[in-house]
Amino acid sequence: MKLSNWIARDGAERPLIWPCVTLLLLCGLNLWVNPHFLSLRMLDGHLFGAPIDVLNRAAPLVLVATGMTLVIATRGIDISVGAVVAIAGAAAATILATQPVASAGLIAQALLAALITGLLSGMWNGLLVSFVGMQPIIATLILMVAGRGVAQLLTAGQIIPIGAPGYLFVGGGYWLGVPCSVWIAAVAVLATAALVEGTALGLFIRAIGVNPVATRLVGLRSKALVFAVYGFSGLTAAMAGILISSNVRSADGNNAGLLLELDAILAVTLGGTSLLGGRFSLVGTVLGALIIQTLTYTTYSIGVPPEATLVVKAAVVLAVSLIQSPAARSLAMSFGMSVRRSLVKQHGAAR
Amino acid sequence: MRRILEAWAHIVDPRTLPIAVTILLFCALFGFGSVMYTGFFSWQVLLDLLVDNAFLLIVAIGMTFVIVSGGIDLSVGSVVALTTIVEAVLSEHMHWPVWAILPIVLLMGTVFGAVQGALIHFFRLQAFIVTLAGMFFARGLCFLITTQSITITDPTFQKISAFRLDIGVGSVTANVLIAFVTLLAAIYVAHFTRFGRNVYAIGGNARSALLMGLPVARTRVGVYALSGFCSALGGAVFTFYVLSGYGLQGQGMELDAIAATVIGGTLLTGGVGYVIGSLFGVGILGTIQTLITFDGTLSSWWTRIVIGALLCAFCLLQRLIERHAKSVGRPGGTGAVVTAGRERGHADGSAPPDTHVIGRAPEQA
Amino acid sequence: MQPGGAASALEPVLATAGVSKTFPGVKALQRVDFRLFPGEIHTLMGQNGAGKSTLINVLTGVVAPEAGTIRLGGEVVAFASPQEAEAAGIRTLYQEVNLCSNLSVAENIFAGRQPKRFGAIDWNDIKWRAQAALARLDVTLDVTRSLDAYPIAVQQMVAIARALSVDARVLILDEPTSSLDDSEVAQLFKILRHLKQSGIAILFVTHFIEQTYAISDRITVMRNGEREGEYLARDLPADQLVSRMVGHERMSARLREAAQASHDGHGGPQGAQAGQPFMALRGVGRRGSMQPIDLDVQPGQILGLAGLLGSGRTETARLLFGADRADSGTMLVEGRPVRLRSPRDAVRHGIGYCAEDRKKEGIVAELSIRENILLALQARRGWWRKISRQRARELADLWIERLGIKASDAEQPIGLLSGGNQQKALLARWLATDPRLLILDEPTRGIDIAAKFDIMDRLLALCASGLSILFISSEISEVLRVSHRVAVLRDRRKIAEVSGQASNEDNIYRLIAGSGE
Repeated sequence: MKLSNWIARDGAERPLIWPCVTLLLLCGLNLWVNPHFLSLRMLDGHLFGAPIDVLNRAAPLVLVATGMTLVIATRGIDISVGAVVAIAGAAAATILATQPVASAGLIAQALLAALITGLLSGMWNGLLVSFVGMQPIIATLILMVAGRGVAQLLTAGQIIPIGAPGYLFVGGGYWLGVPCSVWIAAVAVLATAALVEGTALGLFIRAIGVNPVATRLVGLRSKALVFAVYGFSGLTAAMAGILISSNVRSADGNNAGLLLELDAILAVTLGGTSLLGGRFSLVGTVLGALIIQTLTYTTYSIGVPPEATLVVKAAVVLAVSLIQSPAARSLAMSFGMSVRRSLVKQHGAAR
Repeated sequence: MRRILEAWAHIVDPRTLPIAVTILLFCALFGFGSVMYTGFFSWQVLLDLLVDNAFLLIVAIGMTFVIVSGGIDLSVGSVVALTTIVEAVLSEHMHWPVWAILPIVLLMGTVFGAVQGALIHFFRLQAFIVTLAGMFFARGLCFLITTQSITITDPTFQKISAFRLDIGVGSVTANVLIAFVTLLAAIYVAHFTRFGRNVYAIGGNARSALLMGLPVARTRVGVYALSGFCSALGGAVFTFYVLSGYGLQGQGMELDAIAATVIGGTLLTGGVGYVIGSLFGVGILGTIQTLITFDGTLSSWWTRIVIGALLCAFCLLQRLIERHAKSVGRPGGTGAVVTAGRERGHADGSAPPDTHVIGRAPEQA
Repeated sequence: MQPGGAASALEPVLATAGVSKTFPGVKALQRVDFRLFPGEIHTLMGQNGAGKSTLINVLTGVVAPEAGTIRLGGEVVAFASPQEAEAAGIRTLYQEVNLCSNLSVAENIFAGRQPKRFGAIDWNDIKWRAQAALARLDVTLDVTRSLDAYPIAVQQMVAIARALSVDARVLILDEPTSSLDDSEVAQLFKILRHLKQSGIAILFVTHFIEQTYAISDRITVMRNGEREGEYLARDLPADQLVSRMVGHERMSARLREAAQASHDGHGGPQGAQAGQPFMALRGVGRRGSMQPIDLDVQPGQILGLAGLLGSGRTETARLLFGADRADSGTMLVEGRPVRLRSPRDAVRHGIGYCAEDRKKEGIVAELSIRENILLALQARRGWWRKISRQRARELADLWIERLGIKASDAEQPIGLLSGGNQQKALLARWLATDPRLLILDEPTRGIDIAAKFDIMDRLLALCASGLSILFISSEISEVLRVSHRVAVLRDRRKIAEVSGQASNEDNIYRLIAGSGE
């Protein structure tokens, strides 16, 4: 009885428990299959190992999911991030392609262009949601549908290869032994956390997510804040776009960032943030992104065919949602109690 | 401009205005094409819209019901792909006849949808998340079965695929007939059965529907089961269309279905929408595709941009109408209660917090 | 048909015996006996938390009691769901109109049981049946229009028509009059009396004492989860009713006086002072909302806004707060003209606003009490200058103590507090910004009597330190009790301002009716 009470209450009060447990279970599974899973070695001044791989691949997802967390906290959603990744990558590649040898200035321009397109895309979404008042899912659906078309337009339907070493360093290089992408993601998350908790922004975002009407009547400029949050989401998507295009050394309007928005939403949900808005957790999101990446890694390492990744992802999503759902928990508890009661009866009858 | 809108809104109920615009737009697009390109203005071109998009129409019909009920179904594209793969495998590898295969896949789709609906209702999970998981699951199943494309060589399949009925002005395929029958059945269900009316009620206000004693659980599970059925039927029709099974099919089809539904006048908040609207929504999507093909100079990704722009325009229109209705205040009723100068009380029109479509715009206080 | 008094000769149509229900931490019902007879209107009264809602939920199958029996028509019943209760003939109407506003009136009346012909829904049949159902209530309207085209009062009548469209034995109305104005209440009561005659038993739950006496045959008083007593309405005077609801020990002479005063309709603090108003409206209006209005709010005084529902009270409040933008006129704060384009501007000028709908426009349910209290203050400071954790704790504790908010912990979500405590927390939110003008729209709605007087006492005390208050309430007696001056509104216009001798209920009603002095 006590254990079930704790489960029922604790899940609600300390939601970070569940992602931690899941991640630990996954790591445990990996260790069981491959005892060297957690081992790291230094080679040419770079750290290598499975954890580094996971962190490296998870970096773009962490970036996108960070922006997504804030959007979801305001009771919104942004399903256009995948398209924005493609657009940003295409913008950078287009600029880099204007000169055969890329100077530092050109690389800076490319990076800037990518970030600006991301910001503009986010602001477009913010405009539709905040000032026109459209529902977020439909507002961002528009960019999701049209965005890939725009990316294709920029790349003229081709896959543009990227060779500038400076640009490639961003996604593929190392600094102090750790991949750059991991640094970038870490800094981004820490900066966001500092911004959100060190100022009143966190409180405002949560208030807007729970009750947007009351928030306006308290004198908050909710529209401006929501607009900014979507802009931020576009920005983080652009950063992810830079990382991805740098990593695969090309800009592909069709496939870059495909299904990334779904993974991002998954990461946020796994991390305990509710899709209904309000309380959010950046740590939870990072954990969620790591879970998804570890999951992909796990299915590969335990020999499950890569095609099965999707099925496993689906099962994990469902399982975590069920655990987080109070309705499911209470159903499970009442089921457990009725089983207990019948056992007690049997026991009593036997005596 | 404002006064024209006002007068127009008085004549046309805000609920039917979007679909009126849809129909007008469809005619306008088709007219535009006829003027611009020779050979466009023909019955066959019109019928070919249906021939090429019959599967999308069927899927959009299922999606319309789900969206009217206040939910959303992201798994439809994947179920279509799964259906094609299952049909191909059953036909090519196990040599089952068409008439045995079809009931199996339809049942599979229905059960798939029903399970999603049960998870959404009984565990109060978000429709977005559950159908997202469903999408992954179905797609994953496809790849687990096979990653290759399987061509269907069964003669019955090929006969059905090649079947054309001459209806005087042109010819249609079996797919079109199936889609047409589905459309008629859907209209009947939506307007003449209790289930259909319950769907509208739940979409309008799920909490009220529950308190009114309506069978919310049955209806919700049923609506997702219906969507699963339509996805499977759409998949079957798609199989007749392409005569192959392939797991990568139908990616993005859910977005097309949603776009067709929204352009067809259905509100994403639920409770408002007409099945026939989705017919015109699909028609518009198909016309755009045809226009671009006829033009020949535009690359195909322009389709994506145009559809996005259309979607934007329609949502803006819906939003404009919403705002206008709110500011003017709906006219009061006649009869026993005098309403001149009274406060407009609205029953809580916005969906309750347990609604299944996520993401709401920050409300204007 | 015999009046309720003689109904004791009959058997009760619905009765409970020894019903108990406990929720975690709360004994909601304790051994409650209750009787409802056919052909009577029986009112259930009690403070918030007395158990009225739980009793209703037990009677309608929403929750099952842990002990005791329920008898319907003399036979023991146990409802597993609201549908079962409904099928047995018990119909319930709630304060919120629980219909689907996107459907037509006719559809709402017959949702779930639409008549069919040859397997398909017969729309013509529905239409004329719906018209017949409404005609029984003496209401005529276009049943094919969607429900949200009609105001709430009409929607409620549609809800009643639905409830009665299939044979009902018991009609339960849970606070149906909160959103109705007096003429609509009168119409509702006419319908109820009409229904009573046909033998239906009606259970009525309300806060309004005047309405209770206007309509009831019998009254059951609940207190602390127990049935305090069952009385004939004509045998129970108002002050005794209040004392039984509140508990005799807590009833001070002051409260009793005030309760009697509310029943007779007398005034409150007198006196109007001249001098520069803190805030003045000159011809301020908004198309579709409010006709141009002149208003002065003096510092240190309470200005009341009295008027029927729909007269424009909330609209005026929202204009004052910048929640709605004015189309015409000038607003002056301390003699200087200002433009209030949003609540943000108003807050900067030292104005605060407690909205009418606490749940939708006031509390941010999942945030903690502390965060709710600080919200307005933090909003004014801006996003960059965050109030430190320690200071936040201090502030919250200060206000919790000052206003007597009953909460075990300032970190718990505000949604868990009772209505009265939530209202106090909202008050704290605005008081923490040290406002010059506080606009209170229905601050005592849904709050039990003891908390009501408590809040009003504190408001009067605050005025002594220079705070101005704009007080809005649909209970005119309450407005009179608290305000120094009262502005009377009708049909979106201010028609008069009264103070001193002229401030009594009769006069105000006369003014509203159009024949006052």
